Amino acid sequence: MAIAVAGCGSSSDDSSGSGGQVIVSAASSLEPAFTAYADEAGIDAKQSFAGSDDLAAQIRQGVRPDVYAAADVSLPAGLHADGLVAKPVPFATNTLVVGVSPGSAISSLGDLAAPGTKIAIGDVGVPAGDYAREVIARLPAAESAAILGNVRSKEPDVSGIAGKITQGAVDAGFVYITDVRASGGALEAVPIPPRLQPQVTYGVAVVNDGPDPAGAKAFIAGLLHGDGAGALRAAGFGPPPG
Amino acid sequence: MRRTLFGFALVASLTVALLFLILPVVAIFTNTDPGSLLDSLGRESSREALWLSLRTTLAALAVIVVVGTPAAYLLATREFRGKALVTTAIELPLVLPPAVAGIGLLAAFGPKGIFGSALEGAGIELVLQTAGVIVALIFVAAPFYLRQAQAAFAAVDPSLLAAARTLGASEARAFARVAIPCAGPGISAGIALSWGRALGEFGATLMFAGSFQGITQTAPLAIFATFSTDFPAALALSAVLVAFSGALLLSVKLLASVPLLGGAQA
Repeated sequence: MAIAVAGCGSSSDDSSGSGGQVIVSAASSLEPAFTAYADEAGIDAKQSFAGSDDLAAQIRQGVRPDVYAAADVSLPAGLHADGLVAKPVPFATNTLVVGVSPGSAISSLGDLAAPGTKIAIGDVGVPAGDYAREVIARLPAAESAAILGNVRSKEPDVSGIAGKITQGAVDAGFVYITDVRASGGALEAVPIPPRLQPQVTYGVAVVNDGPDPAGAKAFIAGLLHGDGAGALRAAGFGPPPG
Repeated sequence: MRRTLFGFALVASLTVALLFLILPVVAIFTNTDPGSLLDSLGRESSREALWLSLRTTLAALAVIVVVGTPAAYLLATREFRGKALVTTAIELPLVLPPAVAGIGLLAAFGPKGIFGSALEGAGIELVLQTAGVIVALIFVAAPFYLRQAQAAFAAVDPSLLAAARTLGASEARAFARVAIPCAGPGISAGIALSWGRALGEFGATLMFAGSFQGITQTAPLAIFATFSTDFPAALALSAVLVAFSGALLLSVKLLASVPLLGGAQA
């Protein structure tokens, strides 16, 4: 399934090779894949990674990167509706998991409801947090309430959640499978049953009035078919739906 | 000032500095109308954050003053080998990036840290707890107090202390009855500065204590959490912090002009 399509994307628009630097604002969970992409493709990219919602808020406050890549499709769609970014395209999917330390006794989603379990979750508005709440809401009311009652920290981005787990501050947290892969063994994934799994689709858009629209388009083209797509698959992201 | 080119350059650079530094602060108050600022302060999350900030900073200050005052007195009145090293170590948190402070606190007092299992054995839980916020605040704010209090004690006329001793006062009594009152204004300024730093603490708190409304989400963390979803609420909280910190700073200036500290006698 996840075969990187080689050479489809008109072999990187050389028009953008004007030595310009592409400025990318991307979800924290994209950091390993995007860093690898820029390295492999030799793209001079200035990338900043944070919670998708914080990056969107920055754009609303007038920050103008070239590319905005979010861990959901609704944040870029909202910016598009306000005329701040071009029409977003889905470019990857991810899988939400329960992240735990190796050797943890937690082996199922239901274990999170046990009294005394400490959980970290993304804050409201942070995609990883909203996806997690979606999953929890699909559970029976008592279990759902128990899990939410065990939440001890609401983190501004997914790397904060991963850090809380690896440091032993919490027993588990809702992260993406790609975070587990990137952790180099510091995290293990407890799968969330498919019937509860949210649709985690990443959307990317060219920011209107960004300094380098051509560079932005080339960067996004590479995410869909090219080095970027390859880096995303290698990091564990799925291909975009459809 | 004579109207020379140099004089003009001085005034120009001060004007630029003043405008640049004051503009973001003014913008916090002008970006939304006062009514909606007040409105968003009524939100439960905002009130809880401010209340938590008040409680944790006061608790941190209490510890800093109780432990820090004698320590600062020692540094101000004794010479010993390695004093420069000790002072440097104490002042180091002043220049540490907050993220480094957070990592350091985790490495020392986190569940997997050096003292993690000892703390657990003693039934003390810091990470993700209000107590953890206080520990983070003490770490970043204590140096401000220690420095200021040390300077204040050093400025106390030694002959006053000597006189108290010749009149039969023990050293502890001279410390309590002469040194502390004489250094009072400087000590108060240290408290204000340290309080201001504690109120603004963000990074170390987030890393070490996490963010949870009513337990670990202090005002700066609430500002960051609401900034993407509720900009007016973030502005309102910021406005409160600006006003309070401004008042603290002003009190430091006023205290500095009180005599006895050897300040403005002119």
